[in-house]
Amino acid sequence: MTTQEVSQPPPTLQSEPRPDVVHWSNATWARQVGFYLALFMLWEGVALSGIWPEYLFPTPIDVFLALLSGIRKGLFIQGALVSLSRIAIGYGISLFVGLPLGLILGRSRLLHDTVGSLVVGLQTLPSVCWLPLVVLWFGLNDQAIIAVVVLGALFSITIGVETGVRNTPPIYIHAAQTLGARHFALYYQVILPAALPTVLGGLKQGWAFAWRSLMAGELLYFTLSLGNLLQTGRDLNDAALVMAVMAMIIVIGTSVDRLVFHPLERHVRQRWGLDQ
Amino acid sequence: MSQAPLQMHAASDGYLLQVVGVGKVFRNAGQVIEALRPINMDVKAGEFICLLGPSGCGKSTLLNIIAGLETSSSGEVLSNGHAISGPGSDRVMLFQDAALFPWLDVQHNIAFGLRQAGCPAAKRDAITKQMISLVNLTGFERNYTYQLSGGMRQRVAIARALAINPSILLMDEPFAALDALTRDRMHIELESIWSATNKTILFVTHNVREAVALGDRVFVFSARPGRILQEFRITLPRPRMLEDHALVDCTSEIMAVLRQDER
Repeated sequence: MTTQEVSQPPPTLQSEPRPDVVHWSNATWARQVGFYLALFMLWEGVALSGIWPEYLFPTPIDVFLALLSGIRKGLFIQGALVSLSRIAIGYGISLFVGLPLGLILGRSRLLHDTVGSLVVGLQTLPSVCWLPLVVLWFGLNDQAIIAVVVLGALFSITIGVETGVRNTPPIYIHAAQTLGARHFALYYQVILPAALPTVLGGLKQGWAFAWRSLMAGELLYFTLSLGNLLQTGRDLNDAALVMAVMAMIIVIGTSVDRLVFHPLERHVRQRWGLDQ
Repeated sequence: MSQAPLQMHAASDGYLLQVVGVGKVFRNAGQVIEALRPINMDVKAGEFICLLGPSGCGKSTLLNIIAGLETSSSGEVLSNGHAISGPGSDRVMLFQDAALFPWLDVQHNIAFGLRQAGCPAAKRDAITKQMISLVNLTGFERNYTYQLSGGMRQRVAIARALAINPSILLMDEPFAALDALTRDRMHIELESIWSATNKTILFVTHNVREAVALGDRVFVFSARPGRILQEFRITLPRPRMLEDHALVDCTSEIMAVLRQDER
């Protein structure tokens, strides 16, 4: 009776993108290229008009050359590596603390009402506001900067996990219970994976906040890093250098979002059936 | 799986499942809603029982209580003569939305209950394979929920439930969301699985034809507060044809009871 249904080949995992989406993204791409070309031409024109001195308002070509020379001298790459290693450590700590914390807050009414309210409160505080306190505690060093990164990411991650866990569709929990899932297995085999789409949103937001916090912290710190290179540019009266570093910060921030979080989110949304 | 094997004739008078005075009252903001008036029901091993009634008549609530997912306000449920105190692997619930786990592929969904029971991997794989072929899904082992049709999802859900070898399947309108053709096909498949495995099935539906096509006995429930209006014993031979005159007569007889209640 089921031959018809069964005889269909199993659809492949990489299902073809919907044609309307492809069309849309092609148009988007063309629009974006046009927009940035126009923007750079306008910028070039304003810079060449001589309203502001060149060292304050460089042309896009100057900025591009500064970027090239920074990369060639190895300063930018080295700085970026320092910044990335700091954010990796800070973000790693945030994950390690935020995931279990969010899980517990999501399942306990008491902790949600108490610790949860504190987390929401602290989430509203820009993490750079922690810097003075953190510097008093740790001194102006790597630990202080990593602490600011942790404080930037931790609360977003915690809240993302908590929201996801709290909104786990009860039917998954019932299905798991009727199949014999209990206690710990229910948490890590059902509740956490069911919450994953929301959790990912929290992880993504946490990353964005962590990146911001890191740059703010590094501006004040004197060893080579992306944030510190901005300060160097200011000290040298070199706006082209500052803008080149800003471009690096944007590119790295966007790349992690596009190359890590975006594909991950797409994959999860598709598999969880949220795109239909 | 940890439960003792069937000891049917212990203290259960030969009944696999006994519902003794089970009632349910909801209290919501000072309002008291009687969902289920105390119900009595005895089910023998291997019976196919249909619980039929209008939406909101408490038949799903009764099924949830039997599954151990909800508590009753009064009475108790005995499985093999022992009062139940929560979900147990002797009774598995199936839902209208198949409730497959989207993060697991077909074979891991089916193996889920076996994994909870600590079944060793080799045995787990063997049982999973056997279940997949029982529900005609060979070739779909590695597919995910979003790649399956509604009917296929329910077949995976049935395989997932059968894998842990429960004595009772509790099915809460499992085919209500399927189109009519797929539903008819699922009836035939369920009937053949039922006769091949000797499971006891409690099947909740609001579809009279479905109840008559599948059930050995049909309990007709009233609208809220839910109570049993009448019990029908359907002795028509199987497999049943929906066009069969005897079946149509039976359907209209039950319809009459339901209409009577509406007035």
